Amino acid sequence: MTIIQAEGLKKTYKSKSGPVHALAGLNLSVPQGTVKALLGPNGAGKTTAVKVLTTLIKPDEGSAHIDGIDVVRNPKAARRIIGASGQYAAVDENLTGFENLEMVGRLYHLGAKTARKRAQELIEQFELTEAGNRPVKGFSGGMRRRIDLAGALVINPKILFLDEPTTGLDPRSRLALWEIITKLVNDGTTLLLTTQYLEEADHLSDDIAVIDGGKVIAEGTSDELKAQIGGHRVVVTLVDEADAGAARDILARHGDGTPLVNDRTVEVSVVEGPRALQYVLSDLGQANIRLHDAGMRRPTLDDVFLTLTGHKAEDEKTRKIDAELENAQ
Amino acid sequence: MTAVTQPAYGSVGSPLTQLISDGWIATRRNLIKIKRVPEILVFTILQPIMFVLLFSQVYAGAMNVPDYVNFLMAGIFAQTVIFGSTFSGAAMAQDLKDGIIDRFRTLPMSPAAVLIGRTNGDLVINSISMLIMMGTGWLVGWRVTTSFWGFLGGVAILLLFSYSFSWVMALLGMSVRSPEVINNASFMILFPLTFISNAFVPIHTMPEVLKNIAEWNPVSALVESARMLFGNTNPEFPEPTAWTLQNPIITVIVGIVVMLTIFVPLSVKKFKSISSR
Repeated sequence: MTIIQAEGLKKTYKSKSGPVHALAGLNLSVPQGTVKALLGPNGAGKTTAVKVLTTLIKPDEGSAHIDGIDVVRNPKAARRIIGASGQYAAVDENLTGFENLEMVGRLYHLGAKTARKRAQELIEQFELTEAGNRPVKGFSGGMRRRIDLAGALVINPKILFLDEPTTGLDPRSRLALWEIITKLVNDGTTLLLTTQYLEEADHLSDDIAVIDGGKVIAEGTSDELKAQIGGHRVVVTLVDEADAGAARDILARHGDGTPLVNDRTVEVSVVEGPRALQYVLSDLGQANIRLHDAGMRRPTLDDVFLTLTGHKAEDEKTRKIDAELENAQ
Repeated sequence: MTAVTQPAYGSVGSPLTQLISDGWIATRRNLIKIKRVPEILVFTILQPIMFVLLFSQVYAGAMNVPDYVNFLMAGIFAQTVIFGSTFSGAAMAQDLKDGIIDRFRTLPMSPAAVLIGRTNGDLVINSISMLIMMGTGWLVGWRVTTSFWGFLGGVAILLLFSYSFSWVMALLGMSVRSPEVINNASFMILFPLTFISNAFVPIHTMPEVLKNIAEWNPVSALVESARMLFGNTNPEFPEPTAWTLQNPIITVIVGIVVMLTIFVPLSVKKFKSISSR
């Protein structure tokens, strides 16, 4: 059953340098109990999409339903079944962790007793005891993020939205948060997650929608997306950079596209990995080219992104769009 | 795999009881803040004491105004509560910046609740400041010469005016989105506005141009209302020429009603559409 459904979402912001199309006809559908990652660079429209679905902004065009509720026409009903956590830890610094969670519970209308009980449960579950009774001010970013995430879970929401949950966190906090999220989705919560980290999408989600320019440009499991851009890649690392030209010619002969040369590393996408690798190695041997390393690898989501959008997940152009969006809002 | 259990929601009741309940939760948040942020306490308690003492003890001798303490107090009350109302502006801007507004807006709460909590917070701050100032004022010789009801009326008009003004500031805060800009702008505008009025000096002592500004200044009407209700007016001062100052209580009440009827709905409407970046 589809629990999140968005059709033809459009949203345009005005900015000094003309209109910015944050959403340009975005379609999305998420089956109940699954995790969908919206993957894209800054300014791709991920956050705007989540904001529409969590009733924070109204789209200019298009429709969005969660669990059959029209989020534009009936935002209040939608708010009763969602939990949302944004890019910035939305906690009150002057309240303790417990007070923050209790307040959220009360505003979900859980009732005083239930709200307190639930806040206490979450404090324990998220290992927040330290921050439970002291004002949030002064705690690390990771701790705030955990409190914020706990806030999104106060009602055990049917649908959870996490907008870049680990942006700005150190690797350790990121892993800890991944663990929490993994546990959650094992419990059957439907999760829509945005991220600009390919690794994160790969790790957490069942299904990935790649977003660029306010539209979904590719969709599928991480394996399906990788398959879309070809099979294996053969990668060789040379001892001597001077051999790069010769090595490139050899890889071009056995590969299925133009080889990529990066210092002493040469790589090419191939149709049949093991066989291509054999040929490449044999030819390199005959040409007396010495190797540090050679092998095949499956394409990463980085390769997917580069192939699909023509730019990396993070580059000058997207940063500019991002800055414009910031000014426009 | 365990099934997702959704706790039952407490009975929400009518929209009005929900508004009151949500408003109280949001107010409680700001009350906790008053307790924990030292700057607010300094503003609420120390600054009023300092102002009363500075003006009544340091400046009084140089002021050519008979019974200056009784003249002064209404002015200090008004200035303090007006500045107290600017908290709402800076706080709404800060909440937007911090992203907590996004959290509130994804909750099934009344859209007016955050604003009610915010303006109530200012009201509490201003009430505490009023108590402190009245106590300090009494110690240096301030006396109410009307009645108990006159006293209550004076306190009520000051607090109601500042409460309505909090809604104006809240809307400004949500529109400007920068706590710093709000703080600087309120200082740049409100400081001269409260000084070019009858708050600290009688208007008839001012040069002609300033006299006109001061007479029509709404702060003057507020100060004059409080002076009348507390019985602190000086009959020897010349009659003001501005209608607003001849009828200060009506002016202030109309001002309160106008501010509330315009800015409460505008602020709630604005709140329903704002989101942090």
